[in-house]
Amino acid sequence: MEVVRLRVNGDQRVCGVPSHYTLLETLRYGLGLTGSKQGCDKGDCGACTVIVDGRAVLSCITPVWEAEGKDVRTVEGLASGTEPHPVQDEFDLNGAAQCGFCTPGILCSSVALLDRNTAPTREEIRTALAGNLCRCTGYEKIYDAVEAAAERLGG
Amino acid sequence: MSGRGITEAPPTVRSPSPNGPGGADGTRAELATIGRRMRKVDGFAKASGRARYTDDIQLAGMLHGKILRSPHPHARIVAIDTSRAEALPGVHAVVTGRDMPVTYGIIPWTPDEYPLCVDRVRYVGDGVAALAAVDEDTAIAALDLIEVTYEELPAYLDPHGAIEATAGPYIHEPRKPGRNGNITKVVELAFGDVEGGLADADLVVEGDYFFEGTTHTPIEPHCAIGLAEPNGKLTVWSATQVPHYLHRELARVLNVDPALVRVVQPPVGGAFGGKSEPFDLEFCVAKLAMMTGRPVKILYTREEVFYSHRGRHPFHMRYRTGATKEGMLTSVDADIVLDGGAYASFGLVTTYYSGQLLTAPYRMPAYRFHSTRAYTNKPACGPKRGHGSVQPRFAFEVQLDRIAEALAIDPIELRRRNFIGSDTRTVNDLRVTSNGFLECLDAVERASDWKGKHGRLPYGRGVGVAGSTYITGTNYPVYPNEMPQSGIQLQVDRSGRVAVFSGASEIGQGVDSMVTYIVAEELGVPLEHIRVLAGDTDFTPVDLGAYSSRVTFMLGNACIDAARRIKAMVQEAVAEEWGTKPRAVLLAGGLAVMAGDTGTAMPLREAFNLAEAKYGTLGATGSYNTPKDVHGSYRGATIGASPAYSFTAHVAEVEVDAETGFVTVEKIWIAHDCGRALNPVLVEGQMEGSAYMGFAEALMEEQIFKTADQGRAGLHNAPSLLDYRIPTSLDTPALESLIIESIDPEGPYGAKEAGEGPLHPSIPAIANAIYDAVGVRMNALPFSPPRVWRAIRAAGKGRVG
Repeated sequence: MEVVRLRVNGDQRVCGVPSHYTLLETLRYGLGLTGSKQGCDKGDCGACTVIVDGRAVLSCITPVWEAEGKDVRTVEGLASGTEPHPVQDEFDLNGAAQCGFCTPGILCSSVALLDRNTAPTREEIRTALAGNLCRCTGYEKIYDAVEAAAERLGG
Repeated sequence: MSGRGITEAPPTVRSPSPNGPGGADGTRAELATIGRRMRKVDGFAKASGRARYTDDIQLAGMLHGKILRSPHPHARIVAIDTSRAEALPGVHAVVTGRDMPVTYGIIPWTPDEYPLCVDRVRYVGDGVAALAAVDEDTAIAALDLIEVTYEELPAYLDPHGAIEATAGPYIHEPRKPGRNGNITKVVELAFGDVEGGLADADLVVEGDYFFEGTTHTPIEPHCAIGLAEPNGKLTVWSATQVPHYLHRELARVLNVDPALVRVVQPPVGGAFGGKSEPFDLEFCVAKLAMMTGRPVKILYTREEVFYSHRGRHPFHMRYRTGATKEGMLTSVDADIVLDGGAYASFGLVTTYYSGQLLTAPYRMPAYRFHSTRAYTNKPACGPKRGHGSVQPRFAFEVQLDRIAEALAIDPIELRRRNFIGSDTRTVNDLRVTSNGFLECLDAVERASDWKGKHGRLPYGRGVGVAGSTYITGTNYPVYPNEMPQSGIQLQVDRSGRVAVFSGASEIGQGVDSMVTYIVAEELGVPLEHIRVLAGDTDFTPVDLGAYSSRVTFMLGNACIDAARRIKAMVQEAVAEEWGTKPRAVLLAGGLAVMAGDTGTAMPLREAFNLAEAKYGTLGATGSYNTPKDVHGSYRGATIGASPAYSFTAHVAEVEVDAETGFVTVEKIWIAHDCGRALNPVLVEGQMEGSAYMGFAEALMEEQIFKTADQGRAGLHNAPSLLDYRIPTSLDTPALESLIIESIDPEGPYGAKEAGEGPLHPSIPAIANAIYDAVGVRMNALPFSPPRVWRAIRAAGKGRVG
């Protein structure tokens, strides 16, 4: 058991974890932030995607030690107070989440995209989400939601 | 969260339709809620990370379980020594098959598996022992300390070899001496004069087809938690689609009073049929919890999900299809071998479905199918989205394309000519009511610019069409009983809130939202005032599960039934207050309003309070059961029977690179007759998700296993989400949904299914588009670059090389 210090969703957190823990395991089982999901154990599906220093990162293949001293943002940290992030709201409006299991990771990839590109084309959205597998939607409604959110953020 | 309007567009006003059993309302001019584009009730929980899936649940003192799996495809278990594992510090309990020696199976007539193998393993990955330890690391270390002595047996990996075997050891003991224990089920059914119809045909098209196995790959791996309490209560949380069937099987196999067993189904992270029967982990967490007194969780690894499987059966199919020179079908004859894997699972039903569900949307004067399901030493196959009918639909729709080609008839026109119609019976005596298939054909023809494209695009580009039908629920439950298929309970409180107790399984399809929309429609309650408690066998009435596309139709009707009971009480109480007739009291927009006098109104809360004062605590149950006169009387006639059938047509447009064999699907137009779209957003989501999944099977996915000379017999070829290639955003074509509403006479507001039907035509539409593009027939799945490249070369069609 070792002590790790993380800044997660703006909070400074301290947590004891086995030395082999990934960032995902620490978030889920150490800090109780179960929004980030484990779908494949090895970086294939993207359900574990979180934002580290502004970049979408696969937390299931990130040793927790790599996140020390960095700014970690998870799905639980996307809303501002009681106001959902426009991407979250548009996911809800557009039916972009069916089973919802891939959703936290896709939201994080989308927010990381929109933070650096406020007016992405549909093709740029497709490319930004290429590391996130969704098995329910066929992706169309996810693109619709990200496009609508970009419009709201731009407006 | 104020100001989150839930509706976006006015509803489509449809013509009145006859009453069903609590179904469509013949007098209603307009629906207030149904038909609008609405949010889901759990949409924000899922978009905020707050939805709690099974693995998100942490219980105090919880142990981690793991299952030891067979490295052999077929072997006798000679001995298991668990003593070293038990001695490892941190290990609390170890179980083997001998601790749970009761067979189970989702179909009561074919119970052929144990929670853990007792004396024989039948596929690489079959569970042989399980343990619970203080943490996951200890559990994994302890698995290595269990010593199993196996005596290997010859393995059957090919279904034809399994069927041809004449002596044991078979994969299962024959049910009668002298029989081949490698056969699960044989079905042969014939309707009409099959040989005569072929002899009289102007054209007989024959073809051999192979549909490779594929698997569901929900993004959430299976997970279960067991908790046993000193008073005898046993609770199992599980990512299941069938809490009721799991409840029954846990009680029976573990010999616990069913009244002491509680199954809780948290939100499920995708299922598609892959979580629709009990799995080893559910029995193991329950047993280990009973032994230790501690909660026990097992989460499958992704590799275990691939081995648990129960996905699409590989089908070897031979079809003969006869037609007149005008393109009218005269007779259809099919021979099918199903590769079932190691256990029966739903296989008895799959074997029937392989033939029974082909008899619409086209009229067939004569039809015969002969289907044999073989056991093989691979993970068991079962139901995947479009259970048992996706494979024959592929073959049959390619056959139709060949007939159209040979007779120089446009493929859409050929399908129109053979349309079976509405309010009719199929050749195998299934009752068909509403049928919007022609409108589906019209819609995809128009949207895709079919007439401008078919046969007119340059070499390498093409379009293809296909149609299909699917059941809206099975007419009978998997165990015979006369009770309702679906039940619901509503309860109204003094604040105006309505609580819905639903036994149905929310697996992402939106069932919790569906019942909310119905309660809002019937009682006029704002959507925000409706709460749903679902999937808890201690508190919710029985619904049989999220399978066979049954839930909207059956639970929806049950919900209308319950809501109208409450509505009647409220109308009666308010009418008494106002001195008017009950039917003059309208419930809408959060108000009770007098018809023709909108100045006379009261908030719904007051109306509910009046009703509670008059009748006592306000609540009602509702239920739905299927009509029993919708099928024939021959043996097997009930399988394939459904209260309603959905219809679908697709056009796919492809580009084929003849140099590499690489196929790009540019777009799929999906027209689907869902009866009525209760919320079009959800229906489109089902249509697009279905077409995506069909596309994936057409081009990319293969659930395949190595032979001995490829390494180890029965080893999964690619048990990861990287190597078993499910489509990313970059692979997936553009998808356009075209909703067709035929307003079914018995569906809730006319609704039928939308979750599985729209998968079927993707695959043959793509195959037919490849033909239009490069002139080769793809008769084996998937249409991978090597297969397409070889087909082009074999046909001498390639322009290069």
